[in-house]
Amino acid sequence: MDVIWFGLFMTGIIVAAATGRVEAVTEGVLTGAKDGVLVSFGLISVIAFWLGMMKIAEQAGLVQSLAKLLRPLARWLYPSVPSDHPAMGSLIANMSANILGLGNAATPLGLKAMRELQDLNGNRATASAAMCTLLAMNTASLTVIPATMIGLRMEFHSRAPADIVGSTILATVIATAAAIMLDRFFRRRSMGGKART
Amino acid sequence: MNAVATLSAFALPVTLATILVLGIVRRVALYESFVEGAKEGFGTSVNLIPHLIAMMVAVSVFRSSGALGLLMGVLHPWLNRLHFPPELLPLALLRPISGSASLALVTDLFKHAGPDSFLGRAASTMQGSTDTTLYVLTVYFGSVGIRNPRYSVKVGLLSDLVSVIASVWAVTWMFGK
Repeated sequence: MDVIWFGLFMTGIIVAAATGRVEAVTEGVLTGAKDGVLVSFGLISVIAFWLGMMKIAEQAGLVQSLAKLLRPLARWLYPSVPSDHPAMGSLIANMSANILGLGNAATPLGLKAMRELQDLNGNRATASAAMCTLLAMNTASLTVIPATMIGLRMEFHSRAPADIVGSTILATVIATAAAIMLDRFFRRRSMGGKART
Repeated sequence: MNAVATLSAFALPVTLATILVLGIVRRVALYESFVEGAKEGFGTSVNLIPHLIAMMVAVSVFRSSGALGLLMGVLHPWLNRLHFPPELLPLALLRPISGSASLALVTDLFKHAGPDSFLGRAASTMQGSTDTTLYVLTVYFGSVGIRNPRYSVKVGLLSDLVSVIASVWAVTWMFGK
């Protein structure tokens, strides 16, 4: 994080000095800071609205409804987790919350799943196969409504802020499918030596 | 292609209607819950402000100094051969590392190319279709003291690569160049 920030900032300053346009730095700092505030304030409307709707979804039990549908998929994704183990419940709840875009709810559920998987793992410092799958699912993060992006597009006066929903769903489905396949591929390869016997 | 455009138009209204109907049927205090959630949303957005200022300043200096232009000039011939728009490369590189840095880059692209341009749509899709891989890995593994993440870093970053390619492809296919 520090490296990125320092890198962008310093490269900018050095290039500006080298090309004899030092005043560009001052200009960049001022417009950048202003844009940061404007964008954050603009996003309040959409983020507040969306989290309000999501609170209703959460209290209506949408996570639990979706969880029922996802159970078979979860069994296929996590063959090493017994289906009556509490970890399975958390894994499914985490997946449901992610799909609904409930980022705030998904993280605590995911961390709960990690603790329960760590019990199954015998408290080692090396990740188990199920943990790697959980991480693959969470880094790819299947999204249905990219609310923040719709909000940002609105703020820049897009003619159709929501027209990227379709392309986002396509991309997220492809990336999640790829994450699942990659995870399976590397899991098999890592078991190659010992588990085949 | 029409089907995807319809999906875009209907996704949000249908989601909202589903939530409202389900809330009424399951006797949720709709208004109260909404206000409670929206309050959390307010806090979330306010927490974003310092991060976004920090990153927007760095990105803005990087662009106004001409450093971004230089980088694009160097990359252009290489990426053109791969049919990948060079303007999107910084975003593709920062997306897995920092959510606020990549949000700042998307904002910068919206400002200079417009949200409805090819670049604007591709950037929206790249930003929206995946999560910040290294952040998620750190938080999840850190919470239970795992020090050897095995192949998950590889899986996370490779699926980010897939997500970038899929985003550019999906936007080209839906809207043309």
